[in-house]
Amino acid sequence: MRNFSFSRFMFWAGLTFLYLPMFILVIYSFNESRLVTVWAGWSTKWYGELFQDTQIMSAVKRSLEVAFLSATSAVFFGMLSSWAMVRIAKFRGKTLFGGMITAPLVMPDVIIGLSLLLLFVAFTQLTGWPRERGMLTIWIAHTTFGMAYATVVISSRLREMDASIEEAAMDLGAPPLKVFFAITLPLIAPAVVSAWLLAFTLSLDDVVIASFVTGPGATTLPIEVLSSVRRGVSPKINVLASLIIFAVSMVTFTVWYVSRRLEKNRQKAMADDFLIE
Amino acid sequence: MKLSRLRRWSGETLVVGIPMVWLLVFFLMPFIIVAKISLAQSAVSIPPYTAMFEWADSRLAVIFDLSSYVWLTEDTLYFDAYVNSIKIAFFSTLICLMIGYPMAYAIARAPAANQPLWLLLVLLPSWTSFLIRIYAWIGLLKNNGLINNFLMWIGIIDDPIQMLHTPFAVYLGIVYAYLPFMILPLYANLVKHDQSLLEAASDLGAKAFTIFTRITLPLSKNGMVAGSMLVFIPVVGEYVIPELLGGNSTVMIGKVLWQEFFNNRDWSVAAALAAIMVAILIIPIMLFHRYEQKTLEEEAQ
Amino acid sequence: MAKASPTAVNTAEKSEVLVKITQVSKTFDTTWAVDDVSLEIKRGEIFALLGASGSGKSTLLRMLAGFERPSQGTILLDGDDITHVPPHKRAINMMFQSYALFPHMTIEQNIAFGLKQDNMPKDEITERVARMLKLVHMHQYARRKPDQLSGGQRQRVALARSLAKQPKLLLLDEPMGALDKKLRTEMQLEVVDILEKVGATCVMVTHDQEEAMTMAYRMAIMDLGKIVQIGTPRDIYESPNSRNTAEFIGSINIFEGRIVDDQESQITIQSPDLDTPIMVGHGVSTSIESKDLIYAIRPEKTMLTTGRPSQHCNWSEGIVDDIAYLGGHSIFYVKLNRTGKIVQCFLANTERRYDAPVWNDRVYVSWDEFAGVVLNS
Repeated sequence: MRNFSFSRFMFWAGLTFLYLPMFILVIYSFNESRLVTVWAGWSTKWYGELFQDTQIMSAVKRSLEVAFLSATSAVFFGMLSSWAMVRIAKFRGKTLFGGMITAPLVMPDVIIGLSLLLLFVAFTQLTGWPRERGMLTIWIAHTTFGMAYATVVISSRLREMDASIEEAAMDLGAPPLKVFFAITLPLIAPAVVSAWLLAFTLSLDDVVIASFVTGPGATTLPIEVLSSVRRGVSPKINVLASLIIFAVSMVTFTVWYVSRRLEKNRQKAMADDFLIE
Repeated sequence: MKLSRLRRWSGETLVVGIPMVWLLVFFLMPFIIVAKISLAQSAVSIPPYTAMFEWADSRLAVIFDLSSYVWLTEDTLYFDAYVNSIKIAFFSTLICLMIGYPMAYAIARAPAANQPLWLLLVLLPSWTSFLIRIYAWIGLLKNNGLINNFLMWIGIIDDPIQMLHTPFAVYLGIVYAYLPFMILPLYANLVKHDQSLLEAASDLGAKAFTIFTRITLPLSKNGMVAGSMLVFIPVVGEYVIPELLGGNSTVMIGKVLWQEFFNNRDWSVAAALAAIMVAILIIPIMLFHRYEQKTLEEEAQ
Repeated sequence: MAKASPTAVNTAEKSEVLVKITQVSKTFDTTWAVDDVSLEIKRGEIFALLGASGSGKSTLLRMLAGFERPSQGTILLDGDDITHVPPHKRAINMMFQSYALFPHMTIEQNIAFGLKQDNMPKDEITERVARMLKLVHMHQYARRKPDQLSGGQRQRVALARSLAKQPKLLLLDEPMGALDKKLRTEMQLEVVDILEKVGATCVMVTHDQEEAMTMAYRMAIMDLGKIVQIGTPRDIYESPNSRNTAEFIGSINIFEGRIVDDQESQITIQSPDLDTPIMVGHGVSTSIESKDLIYAIRPEKTMLTTGRPSQHCNWSEGIVDDIAYLGGHSIFYVKLNRTGKIVQCFLANTERRYDAPVWNDRVYVSWDEFAGVVLNS
């Protein structure tokens, strides 16, 4: 089909468009010279300088902590929300709930950020909590939009699952909670893992919302990067960028490779079984 | 018997209740507070806005201070910013659609075993930092950046072309960042298209182009709408891209809001800007939600 | 397991009735999915609920399993009221239409699952699982996972799993629905065999009348949430209580007519479709208002001849309109002369080459005085 080759061309062109800037970034992180314009030879000195920058390093640590915690809480809430939306046919406020759980997916960050900050300020005014904004408020913010994404991923898998399996487990004597842990959870596990990874990535990457809701002394990595980048190109940021690209690529390809291998092993086992017959 | 009934009821209530309460407090309530603060006036105080309720001499006064909204109408800057934001969002959505559709189509038509790999390749960039990727373009688009240097080096141009801090850079940045968001729902839709439908049409004599326009395109409507909303709505309120890649001529409402809040410390005006933005976006958001529901209903059949 | 209530019958004398469903209804918003159903299931029998989709049979089954709560009425299992008992506490097990095998467990683990919930000792579980696998001839596939089995094999595993706990009542939801025709007929007999061997009481739901008639000892026909008729397959087939039931099961010829002679031991009915009146060899109680009746006769109870019958009632002349040759027997569609009504007659092909009537032949359809059933509506 003529259409086919056009779309294939577009696919590869689009892919090149997506990857080229990142590729160039990685190359320039090894540039001896500070300037992007001049290539002065290969050097890893900027890598060294980055790791010595304590401000950036502590921001990295903080970001990883918040991302880890908020991904976990996002997935927890995401599982509950998915269950509510998919398995409970009717409940009071389901339409409102459905709206609230999908809106964060599209809501502009500045709105989420501003509105949450104003909420925290109002809380502090009325009740004295939270005393100071920082890691806690960032965690709350990230959990809130993270659970929206987690719900999309998990509920999709939950819908695909044959619900009568859960009924069968109950029929065989397992109480509802046991059914969830012994039957449902193992079957939605891949979705739970990808939801966690997604929420983790989004938290790690968020700059706008974190800027609004953070407090003194609690800067996250993206906030540091933004303030640095506003001042122009910086080789340290190039290094950071390259490291992030490497890390994400490594994790992604590992996950993909492992799941491909597991699948191949399974199919091989099945084929072997049939051969034995 | 009663106890088991109670336990079953409370089990479901918890499952629904816990996330519901969280969302009501941390998602819905903030909007109400935004509305409240937009109806106040900025003040030098902590917090930096006037109170809505005043209690004096046994009188409770509720003050709806509309001065922020009035302020917004006085300067055309704000109105222009809204219009500009919508315009940019609209056109960049269109560009994403033009580029993203064929890409999604290619993946959906690839052999099933390879599709996860292609999808992965497309989504991988979006998992690396959004900020970093926009930053990457700064180095490329600067006057003494890579692209200009390359073009001058091979002799096509003599003076650098102004690319950074132009509307062009903003569009480029938006499409670059949001393309994967357009591709994913489109792919999810296209991959479900029944091949036998297309084969039947071909069998009945339809040409490839007709098949595409009469069958594939209409069937992918849900995917197109979902993808478009996933791009359009957040782009209206974008801050990072206009901040880093745009110049003073590209005024977007997200950037204006940020400046009002952080630079001018005018919380009330920022809140008013947010309130108006939400009002503008409510319909697209509901459209998005509607199409999500529709897609799910179709899947259920 | 449901605890024995103080009002339970003395265990020495086990009642013949295992399940007693009393005036059970289920409403969804404004629709009555199940409408005032009362039913008794005897110990050890295989009972079928037959009906079209939407008849309420599945809802009734799910209420027995515990997945739906009756809006009204009670369900007693062996004397205990289980109406509001949750499914995991009932001594009832179900085989699902989709089999619902746990995909992440081997079939051994699938069968063992229910036993583990009861905290049965490990070696007992192993022994019981092995016994179950042998029962359904699946022991050499013990280590496989469901997606490595064929449809028929999965059905056997599902059956074994639902019998593993030796439930008081076994429920089957469209047991043969996913199998192809040949396998279906095989499995119908095999499943009945297994159930009888184990001594299980079973309620099955199906829309396939052949299946119900083959497998069940007794059956109930459901329509729009109500039970239309209960009885053995023979009762329902030979003595349907309404036109709907008669038409629902098997093929039937329906003649509308009027009583012209009403005596104690015989009645005569005049029908516009037939050349001669219908003579029924028994008395019938009719409603006082109308003398209008329906006479229903099964195709295999008719006789097809090329010569005019000698009797002066219960026959009519027609032309062979269509023939369906089905191997074992043929169905002749005869167009009656009077009104052009098409009557179905079955003819067993008892001889290999034989001069059966062909298209457009003049034929006579006849039957005896006890061949049909008189129905009011």
